Amino acid sequence: MESKKLRTELVVSALENGTVIDHIPSKNVFQVIKILNLDTFDNQILFGTNLDSKRYGKKGIIKVKNKFFEIEEINKIAIVAPSATLIVIKNFEIIEKKPVEVPGIVDKFIKCINPNCVTNHENIHTRFTVIDKDAMKLQCHYCEKTTSKENFIFI
Amino acid sequence: MKNRSLVSINDYSKEEYLKILDIAEEFEKNPKQNIFEKYVVATLFFEPSTRTRLSFESAVNQLGGKIIGFSDASSSSVKKGESLKDTIKTVANYSDLIVMRHPLEGSARFASEVSDVPIINAGDGANQHPTQCLLDLYSIRKTQGKIDDLHIAFVGDLKYGRTVHSNVIALTNFKCTFHFVSPTELKLPSAVKRHIKESNLEYYQYTDLSEVIPKVDILYMTRIQRERFSDPMEYERVKNAYILNGNMLANSKPNLKVLHPLPRVNEIDENVDEMKQAYYFQQAKNGVYVRQALMAAILGVK
Ligand SMILES: [Zn+2]
Repeated sequence: MESKKLRTELVVSALENGTVIDHIPSKNVFQVIKILNLDTFDNQILFGTNLDSKRYGKKGIIKVKNKFFEIEEINKIAIVAPSATLIVIKNFEIIEKKPVEVPGIVDKFIKCINPNCVTNHENIHTRFTVIDKDAMKLQCHYCEKTTSKENFIFI
Repeated sequence: MKNRSLVSINDYSKEEYLKILDIAEEFEKNPKQNIFEKYVVATLFFEPSTRTRLSFESAVNQLGGKIIGFSDASSSSVKKGESLKDTIKTVANYSDLIVMRHPLEGSARFASEVSDVPIINAGDGANQHPTQCLLDLYSIRKTQGKIDDLHIAFVGDLKYGRTVHSNVIALTNFKCTFHFVSPTELKLPSAVKRHIKESNLEYYQYTDLSEVIPKVDILYMTRIQRERFSDPMEYERVKNAYILNGNMLANSKPNLKVLHPLPRVNEIDENVDEMKQAYYFQQAKNGVYVRQALMAAILGVK
């Protein structure tokens, strides 16, 4: 147990400069990668899933070398990983550590559930207002219908 | 309201739509004025709706404006695969105001974001149809002298009826009491009821039409469509329970008026048409004045 904890910390602290996203639910790690478009980055990226966590049993973690995100950017992941923590590292030291917050507006990366919504027929970026942060209900800016967490499809 | 699109009834404040109703009253007294002479209004009907289109076009014509547009998408460049954005941007070059109806929900909101001229939503799929809502408010105020403190019944398909939803939401700005009459399968969605609760207003639900008639000032009838029922037997069982006929109005309040967004199928018997409670044809006529008022406010000539 002790050695596993040490290893996890090493994974985190081994970063000289960059961002660590910790406490991601394991099953959502790939969604977070997609939401932040990490698959298109040239930076060195390490990620892990099903790591042991005192708080959550199992967790996922993502480290991105030499990359510092805008808070609005990182808050997007709260849609799928509201428990995540953002850790900013400079010169091997933790400069900042804070939980992500559910944003008021969600742009571009979730599909509207309404098949008759204009965003599903024309070339339009989706946009939603978060109307219920706990149940994660999003209201489409265009068709005004509600898309909930269990129906999220990522674009 | 000058230069501002009207996509959803919530885009304007209560004060703004009351202002439109006041201007509409002026037009009712004097509907033919030459104040749109300098303006071109585009009516883009990506799906046909003859009634709504003629109402808008009559409104423009009576004020001396010019009209361009199309009455269904098959005769337009849309058929050739042009994007909605390109169609709207092109037409915005040729007109001062665009009235559009489109089968997709959210299309009017999107158009209002890409257009250089204001957009009036004349129906976007099952979503919004704000001028219907304005003309209903006008008809209610016209017949009752006020909108506050009224008892208003909505009858028929309350689940899918977009007109009912927007009217209820608009009326929560006034101190109304709501009475909802529908088959169990077609009750008002809870999302709409939430608006009523948040406004601290009261509503009552019924399955029996005759029970509600003596209680209300406005009886707003809507159509029940067979295809809304998962079980066709259920439709056959309920369809006749929501038909209004003349003798049902015997015990109504003296000020009761019957409204309907039209077209009707059989939900109001023709024997109601000549009764003093029937207001649905006048209601449609009011649509012209309300549309004149809205366009005049957006173009900045009133
Ligand atoms: Zn939508």
